[in-house]
Amino acid sequence: MLEVQDLSMRFGGLLAVDGVHLDVQNHEIVSVIGPNGAGKTTVFNCVSGFYKPTGGKILFEGKEVQGKPDYKISRLGMVRTFQHVRLFGQMSVVENLLVAQHRHLNTNLLSGLLKTPDYRSREKRSLDKAAYWLERVGLLELANREAGNLAYGQQRRLEIARCMVTEPKLLMLDEPAAGLNPAETNDLNQLIMSLKEDYNVSVLLIEHDMSLVMDISDRITVINQGRPLASGTPDDVRQNDDVIKAYLGEA
Amino acid sequence: MATHNLKHALFCAIVTVVIAYPILGLDLVAQGTQIGLEGATPTTIISIFLAAGIVFLFQLFRDNIMGNLGKLPKLNPLSGREPMPAEKRAKVEAWVLTAIIVLALFWPFVVSRGSVDLATLVLIYIMLALGLNVVVGLAGLLDLGYVAFYAVGAYTFALLYQYFGFTFWMALPVGALLAATFGMVLGFPVLRLRGDYLAIVTLGFGEIIRILLNNWTAVTGGPNGIGGIPDPTLFGMEFGRRVKGEGNTSFHETFGIAYSGEHKVIFLYLIALVLAVITALVIRRLMRMPVGRAWEALREDEIAARSLGLSRTAVKLSAFTIGAFFAGFAGTVFASKQGFISPESFVFLESAIILAIVVLGGMGSQIGVILAAIAVTILPELAREFSDFRMLVFGAAMVLMMVWRPQGLMPMRRIPISLKRQE
Ligand SMILES: Nc1ncnc2c1ncn2[C@@H]1O[C@H](COP(=O)(O)OP(=O)(O)OP(=O)(O)O)[C@@H](O)[C@H]1O
Ligand SMILES: [Mg+2]
Repeated sequence: MLEVQDLSMRFGGLLAVDGVHLDVQNHEIVSVIGPNGAGKTTVFNCVSGFYKPTGGKILFEGKEVQGKPDYKISRLGMVRTFQHVRLFGQMSVVENLLVAQHRHLNTNLLSGLLKTPDYRSREKRSLDKAAYWLERVGLLELANREAGNLAYGQQRRLEIARCMVTEPKLLMLDEPAAGLNPAETNDLNQLIMSLKEDYNVSVLLIEHDMSLVMDISDRITVINQGRPLASGTPDDVRQNDDVIKAYLGEA
Repeated sequence: MATHNLKHALFCAIVTVVIAYPILGLDLVAQGTQIGLEGATPTTIISIFLAAGIVFLFQLFRDNIMGNLGKLPKLNPLSGREPMPAEKRAKVEAWVLTAIIVLALFWPFVVSRGSVDLATLVLIYIMLALGLNVVVGLAGLLDLGYVAFYAVGAYTFALLYQYFGFTFWMALPVGALLAATFGMVLGFPVLRLRGDYLAIVTLGFGEIIRILLNNWTAVTGGPNGIGGIPDPTLFGMEFGRRVKGEGNTSFHETFGIAYSGEHKVIFLYLIALVLAVITALVIRRLMRMPVGRAWEALREDEIAARSLGLSRTAVKLSAFTIGAFFAGFAGTVFASKQGFISPESFVFLESAIILAIVVLGGMGSQIGVILAAIAVTILPELAREFSDFRMLVFGAAMVLMMVWRPQGLMPMRRIPISLKRQE
């Protein structure tokens, strides 16, 4: 469904991403790993339209999307989270989920002011969906809290729920386990597996937590200093000499 | 520690004298064609030095004083109370608001003409502040040129009347829609700007409109303004002593009552009241609609909002357009109330005052903004004797508010949304 060909991104003199290939099939969890500063987040930013890549192609469901504005890419069904959680901090938890369902709501000003039946039924559907996902990530009790006041792990889960209510086809998670304790990481592990199994979304994952990555990934791509280093199944990658060298060299 | 305090206190006292003496201690006096400088009366000069002394002592013992302040019993005995449960609070609020509106409907019939006139002005400021609250408080776009849309509304009515004989009721929607169009036009160039840059460009836009009105003498009358703007009519009935418009009748003759200048003032007040209530209700509704949530999402985190498929263009433009729409409303009422408008009425200071109302009231909070609009408009009128120091008091109030209650008089409260557990 997603195919990234020969992607490169240059910031002034720095070639942050150089010739990266990636592909994600339906019903698949693909991880991108690499040392700090390898260019993983930059790949995400290019794919999700925050940066205009300086070279290469990005195909989503067969259509070229590179250079499209971010909000249009998101509407195609490719939604991401951020390395540093980005919630609408002063809005309540449930409002965060309602904002995300903007596209599924009746946004006509007049229908809203007059509360037409169509407006109401869509509003109700989006509230129900919000309630469903809040329950799913264990935040239903906190629905009317300010999102910015949630604990860190809860914020991470809310961010994922906020992506899921948009009904994405591909979910892109940038270090979702960063800052979580082992129990929370374990929950996250199960949540991601269930997203794939029960909701049929594909997942593109950036993660430093190797046990999580090895556990849930169908395939892994390793990037080092902007260049692709290796890719394959978790076992292939684990035994790849270049990868071992890069990681040991870093440590 | 002590020497540091002493130095600091001395410095503060000197600054007080340096600032206060030229402003208060010296007077400009006309001497024939010349202007001379004269010292003020001894009492003023003594007060200046007294003030410096007080500043000195306060700064010297500042730590002790501030420390003891904290130990004083709370000024507001209710402040420690548990907040009401959300549903009860919503009910109480709804009742209080209805009571206030009903009171406001009957109130003008018992008070003086001057008060009603002032109240109309308050209502105009409420409309303006509620509109700006959309742009600044909800969407988080710092707009320093908001007065431009107010001017567009007012001048639309004045010009349409002058050239095409439009009445108030015909001009009201046109003025609001035209102001909204200007809002959208301004929106385009500033789409990519944020914070300081946005503030500067909107400030420039406000000035451009004012300067245009000032210099396009052939159409707008320039600094002389436009006069003779008619009052609103009630189903073709005029409120003047003699009927001016063709086919109109006069209010006092129709009802067989004696002519009174008050009828007109009260009628205008009621129109302003209705429009202000409509403004408040519509914006209140918008805040709970997808568009309102999108404004806030953009304010909170633009990148996250875009990543969820919100178009920055649509959201920002809608905020500017809707904010400007209500300024256009207010402008039309203002033109009708004054009967005469000139670019003088739409200077930057107006934008600043409206913005101050929003900030004082609490960004995004409707009740707060309404209270602040009342306070900011009425207090200067109550303290006429101090009119020279109006800006000084205003500034001091702003500084104090920012120190003690940076979130505003009544910060915005989120409305709880009840959810049904899903299977
Ligand atoms: N907007 C930008 N402008 C200039 N340089 C950038 C920009 N974004 C990223 N870089 C640079 O690109 C390189 C790759 O950064 P990136 O954030 O993609 O790394 P990463 O793999 O996500 O690292 P981490 O694991 O620490 O998150 C870094 O050297 C970074 O400094
Ligand atoms: Mg990163």
